[in-house]
Amino acid sequence: MKLGRRSDLPLKGDATGRFLPWLVALMVYLSAVSLAGVFVLNGLVRSWDHDVSGTLTVQVQPVPGEAGEALTDERVRQAVELMRRTPGVLAARPLDKKQILSLLEPWLGNTDVVKDLPLPRLIDVTVDADANLDLLSLAERLSRSVQGATLDDHRIWLSRLINLSRTTEWVAIAILVLIGCVTSATVIYATRTSMAVHRSVIEVLHLIGAHDDYIARQFADRSFALGFSGGLIGLALAVPSLTAIGWAARRIEGGFLPSLSLPVSGWVMIGLLPVAAATLSMLTARVAVHATLARMP
Amino acid sequence: MRHNRRGEHIIRLDSVGLRYGLGPEVLRDISFALPSGSFHFLTGSSGAGKSSLLRLMYLGLRPTRGRVMLFDKDIALTKRFELPALRRRIGVVFQDFRLLDHLSAMDNVALPLRVRGVKEAEVRKHVPELLNWVGLSDQINAKPPTLSGGQKQRVAIARAVIGRPDLLLADEPTGNVDDHIAMRLLHLFEELNRLGTTVLIATHNQGLIDRFPQHPRLHLERGTVYEPEEVPA
Repeated sequence: MKLGRRSDLPLKGDATGRFLPWLVALMVYLSAVSLAGVFVLNGLVRSWDHDVSGTLTVQVQPVPGEAGEALTDERVRQAVELMRRTPGVLAARPLDKKQILSLLEPWLGNTDVVKDLPLPRLIDVTVDADANLDLLSLAERLSRSVQGATLDDHRIWLSRLINLSRTTEWVAIAILVLIGCVTSATVIYATRTSMAVHRSVIEVLHLIGAHDDYIARQFADRSFALGFSGGLIGLALAVPSLTAIGWAARRIEGGFLPSLSLPVSGWVMIGLLPVAAATLSMLTARVAVHATLARMP
Repeated sequence: MRHNRRGEHIIRLDSVGLRYGLGPEVLRDISFALPSGSFHFLTGSSGAGKSSLLRLMYLGLRPTRGRVMLFDKDIALTKRFELPALRRRIGVVFQDFRLLDHLSAMDNVALPLRVRGVKEAEVRKHVPELLNWVGLSDQINAKPPTLSGGQKQRVAIARAVIGRPDLLLADEPTGNVDDHIAMRLLHLFEELNRLGTTVLIATHNQGLIDRFPQHPRLHLERGTVYEPEEVPA
């Protein structure tokens, strides 16, 4: 194991490296949150993509008056008939009032006042995702044939939502890259400071014939150890935070929010963050030491 | 150029000059060579530039002009990654010892072997033997801050010779030890010399030099190397 290798440089307990684990811990914590965001958004986009690819909704406005209920039922029946006759439509299923009320419950609650509202009737239409349906002409035909009926295409507004999610996803990835850059810059600063502190020792090693890599390896080992310990601290802080966020999200989901749970692959990636942080620290230190030693005679 | 023995030159300096930054030349027109297997004393008053000359020779500095040939390689044309191999053939006793305070005497002496990747079993065999030879067998685990000046110097010498160097450069190696130890160390250098190491010892200890009249002297005066009889008035 790298951590156990002998070092000629007095790097253990070096004051210049004391802050590094805490900074790496913070970076790993932020990376874990960003990474979780990426995974959750990615899951959402995929699930929305899947959902919109095969569904449409037909809305039928309620007819007021005493005979309105029966007339509305007739219009719903006509709309269902029309949809079922349309090539490419696999199923058309009218939602009953109870189902419609349950959809509105997260926004309007479950009171008698809501039950008395003149709610539009909904028909859930499943279409063949591969069939190239002309939605515009279908919508025109529907509104011509059935009075008060309109076709909602989820794709328009959901595609905007998906675009927003994808943008947010890229922003989260950019944050991850930025965190990596900040970690590298910190490691470079810590390594250079440490090299300045131990310059006399480095000179002796250099003059007795040590290759640059022999010296760089010792700094790299130390950075790996510091990065790994900091990474573990960051992970230990991130896991409870993410679990708490997931728990809170599950409590308010109830149809209002899609599932915000982190997939297993997400947990695995987050679990690997300390190793990634340690490896990044190690490689950065090695490059920084080589660059500094190259200026020696 | 001076030759006092037959054989290849271990190191040769041609018209070498050295200045620090924009300051005056501290060394100028240095031209001499050390034949393989030779033993020289380098003398000169304090501040004459002995340490700077040694630094050039152990590749701690690059000359500002002139040419340094070390082990038949022109240093100016030698690639950086090739320099460690040359440095490993040189043993250096620094005037200020340059021991690593956090390491024991054992680990300090073992450094040249460890940077070469010598197996730990061999390190553990040879280093205590040499420390015993320089009279420090009871200080193997002692760290430099707990050692006297003379003891530190002997550790520094042991570190310089542990790798059986082809060239040994020593800067005032007997400055902190009594006469008995000084003689013992000089005999160690002679022993190494007999085994083929080229030795150059910078010292201003005239009494010591007089005890070894068989070894020629190089004299450094006003930044230039002379034979003692050539020194200008």
